[in-house]
Amino acid sequence: MSRSDVLVDADWVQARLDDPKVVIVEVDEDTSAYDKNHIRNAVRIDWKSDLQDPVRRDFIDQAGFEALLSAKGIANDDTVVLYGGNNNWFASYAYWYFKLYGHGDVRLLDGGRKKWELDSRDLVAEVPQRAATEYTAQAVDSSIRAFRDDVIAAIGTLNLVDVRSPDEFSGKLLAPAHLPQEQSQRPGHVPSARNIPWAKNANDDGTFKSDDELKALYEAEGIDLAKDTIAYCRIGERSALTWFVLHELLGQENVKNYDGSWTEYGSLVGVPIELGN
Amino acid sequence: MANETIIQGSVTRDGEPVNGYVRLLDEGGEFTAEVPTSATGQFRFFARPGKWTLRALIPGQTVDRQVVASQGNLTEVAIAV
Repeated sequence: MSRSDVLVDADWVQARLDDPKVVIVEVDEDTSAYDKNHIRNAVRIDWKSDLQDPVRRDFIDQAGFEALLSAKGIANDDTVVLYGGNNNWFASYAYWYFKLYGHGDVRLLDGGRKKWELDSRDLVAEVPQRAATEYTAQAVDSSIRAFRDDVIAAIGTLNLVDVRSPDEFSGKLLAPAHLPQEQSQRPGHVPSARNIPWAKNANDDGTFKSDDELKALYEAEGIDLAKDTIAYCRIGERSALTWFVLHELLGQENVKNYDGSWTEYGSLVGVPIELGN
Repeated sequence: MANETIIQGSVTRDGEPVNGYVRLLDEGGEFTAEVPTSATGQFRFFARPGKWTLRALIPGQTVDRQVVASQGNLTEVAIAV
């Protein structure tokens, strides 16, 4: 698999804005960003109301994913290009969903919405109409998803990558610095986890660093790429970006995203927690 | 507010708000957070006391500002580009 199979640049997208078999999808943390404007012909997926179960803490099931993509007018053989704000945090999270349910051709727009804006490319308010499809999802691929017991079993054994900021890792903060301070019961990190903030994967403009730079980053931080890896953050979206880097860009075989992440782990009774750097 | 450390401000050019992004970097220059500026050019971070760098990214330009934030105080930063 080459980089262009999973990651495309803005020129690639610009040239395919009117291609009916390429569906551009915006996924933002700020779900109102799409209402203001978006890339022409892009549809929206809401990471919370579309992708989360409305009652349980879990993501939508196979039937829910099929209904969502059918309603959005996405067919099984469409090329889906995801992009969003926050350096593609939530677009990466959606990418991971598309892979969980076995979509054939899904890619990220390198740099996401930020790079598109900083390049002063056009954004429009008009919402495209796409005819509904009959999308068929695969059974969920649990080889790319970690649960809490997987994380506990990985302590001191597998690579655990905590992709939050250093202050969240050390226990000084419970949430990113642009969000209100709330969430888990206890601060800190999973013992033996290495802190490799997601932002180290990206340049200032939100594009990913080169494969060589990324490989060097993980090796310099003591990650043995021959071992299996679990990535986590606070709610699993930033770690979906790191999962994308390790699994999709660097082609590492066994990398899982722990979407329960710190909001689950930091609220569990009796599990080991480490504080400090 | 008494327990919070807030850094906020605006990005303007000739007094007019500029749409772009503001990144918060810690004392070691490491990325901590990023927000888009609002329609009126405003941004806000919940940080912790200490030295920070604010980096404004706008089309074709990047501007850095050093700030010192303290608990219970609002640190206001006007970035003119």
